[in-house]
Amino acid sequence: MTSIAMSSTTGVRSKWNRRLRGLGKRTGVSLLVGVVCFIFILPLIYAVSVAFTPSDTTSIVGAPPWPAAARQIEYTDPTTTRTSSYYLYTVPDWDGQGHTKALALITENFPPVASVFVDPANPGQTIKWGDKPGQNVYTLSHVWDITITTDNFGSAWDKMGSAEGGFPLLFRNTLAIALLGTIGAVLSAVLVAYGFARFRIPGKNLLFVILISTIMVPFQVTLIPTFLFFQAIGWTGTWLPLIVPHYFANAYNVFLLRQYFMQLPRELDEAAQMDGASPLRVLLSVIIPQSWPAIMVVTLFHFFFAWNDFLNPLIFLSGSADLWPIAVGLNNFNTTFRNAGTPAIIQAGSILAMLLPVVIFFFSQRVFMRGVVISGVEK
Amino acid sequence: MAIVQDTEVLTTSAPRGRLTMSRREAAWGLLFLSPWFIGLALFYAIPIIVSFVMSFTDFNPVNAGAVKFVGLANYQWMFSESATVSSFFITLKLSVIGVPLGLFTALGLAIMLNQKLLAGKRVFRTLFFMPVQIPLVASTIVWLDFLNGSNGWLAYILNSIQDIFITFFGGLLNVSHPYTPIAPSWFQDTSWAVPGLILMGLWGIGNAMLIFLAGLQTVPTELYEAARVDGAGRWQQFRNVTLPMISPVFFYNLLIAVIGMAQYFTQPYVIGGGSGNPGGETLVFNINLYNEAWKYNFMGHGAALAWLMFVVVLGFSIVLFRTSARWVFYAGGDR
Repeated sequence: MTSIAMSSTTGVRSKWNRRLRGLGKRTGVSLLVGVVCFIFILPLIYAVSVAFTPSDTTSIVGAPPWPAAARQIEYTDPTTTRTSSYYLYTVPDWDGQGHTKALALITENFPPVASVFVDPANPGQTIKWGDKPGQNVYTLSHVWDITITTDNFGSAWDKMGSAEGGFPLLFRNTLAIALLGTIGAVLSAVLVAYGFARFRIPGKNLLFVILISTIMVPFQVTLIPTFLFFQAIGWTGTWLPLIVPHYFANAYNVFLLRQYFMQLPRELDEAAQMDGASPLRVLLSVIIPQSWPAIMVVTLFHFFFAWNDFLNPLIFLSGSADLWPIAVGLNNFNTTFRNAGTPAIIQAGSILAMLLPVVIFFFSQRVFMRGVVISGVEK
Repeated sequence: MAIVQDTEVLTTSAPRGRLTMSRREAAWGLLFLSPWFIGLALFYAIPIIVSFVMSFTDFNPVNAGAVKFVGLANYQWMFSESATVSSFFITLKLSVIGVPLGLFTALGLAIMLNQKLLAGKRVFRTLFFMPVQIPLVASTIVWLDFLNGSNGWLAYILNSIQDIFITFFGGLLNVSHPYTPIAPSWFQDTSWAVPGLILMGLWGIGNAMLIFLAGLQTVPTELYEAARVDGAGRWQQFRNVTLPMISPVFFYNLLIAVIGMAQYFTQPYVIGGGSGNPGGETLVFNINLYNEAWKYNFMGHGAALAWLMFVVVLGFSIVLFRTSARWVFYAGGDR
């Protein structure tokens, strides 16, 4: 009896042990992936952190890697009666008795001449420090306070793009280019994919191979003649070269939609045809209503493409800053402000530029990532 | 990689009525394809031919009337001009190191995300993919400051690790306090600029990762079980089951990565301001082409460079397709 009871309790215990070990393994694996993921998106966390840091902080030597400001106090010089701001420093052995205190540096002197400090708690009295061996005013470190500011976003908002338009104009331009192009990309891809998916055309397989092989044509081999063509018809310096070519079907999009259309049952098409529906009617009232997920993917693909496109607007809109999309405006903003040494404002700008695509991505990520897989795996 | 799946054959011998029907059907089909035909002619066929012809001329849009044929002069020029030759090597370096590194990192992440024990798969997948959706100019600017040698986070991290290491082991190694910080200056340092571009490129592997992940999920679990029964260890399972089963997606990802490398422009342009800073190390193939064609208006040079890249990509694709029979395994037999 006792032996049976004992064995059953050990059985329960080992089951629990196994479960616990499983849980431990699970936590271990998830934690490890979490760490890798954190490292992977660390640059993004960096950008957010810097964008909220006061813009003059990053230019101070010894600034901490988080949003902080060097603490300052207002101090009125009793002799000149002039008031201004002074930085606080952590001063070791300020009293000659080994104590450390945060003092405001009023007059900086090259050691071994003593510099003049003031204790914020007792501003009436000046303190001399820096004349003893080993004391160097230049190696003192600031007192840092965690400080979060949104000023950088305001600066980026105003200063990106052209002087009059700022970021709002860049945003409007990008949105217009993206939306107008997306309409064409979706319309043309739907038509062409329908042609490939549902019609018997002599030489269709060859045509499809040609379509897919256009993916392998690097853009630069067509870019110069295309540029000259658009220049000749007076379209450079307008949005048209960034929009119109997308009305003629892109291979990726056609491929994706064709795959989708081909797996739709033909019975519905045929029933509609029996009722005398024309092929266009079938497309509009049978195929498209069943294909919204795929059409959504193509819409997103093109929208993201347009938001991201840099070389085309760079070439076709050079010199027309009022028509620039965000990508070109942000690059220009970066080159202008990089020399000024203000990464905080630049990072605020890059966050403004990525905000809408990232938000749209998070809302559409399931549909979107499925689309990436369809266009990749099924080939 | 068989692209064509729907070979529809007319099964019945067509009577007269059927024939006109099928002719009508073809006409409708061609009508639906017509936007693509126009695009193919206007934006692919004609420009490809024009740029081929142009590559044998000294075409300059500023003085378009004086254009003349120069034979192979543009092709000779590109192998003798130092900035151009150096741009070939930089792009080659980026491809030879960056493409395999990116592919294997993507595969590694995919395998990681495919672990049965992993909780929150969807969240991780979304986060690893997200950087792909950040506009390239913005993500490049993020990396540019993240990698800054004096106040970027990577420098803080590396230097802190070094500090800790020396605090503990400095005595053994005979290193004492003022020592040179270990963190490189990446895009301020000529010898670190290309590694910086490669590191930054790892943010763009989300597409490849998703495709690998989907590929891994198609591997039947019975194959692993069978391999385990045969006594295969983890590595052997990976080597003999996973790799052959995902070779088609590997093939696709490799092709897309090479095509992507051939079009690599935005990131080095944002970093080097179009002039290849630091020290010409970010002057990749396409920036050099852009400068020749649009900055200096030597469109003949540009066309010749473009055609060189076209031929290289085409050649690479042909080699890849030709050799694919040897290393790409299609589970379904001849698809």
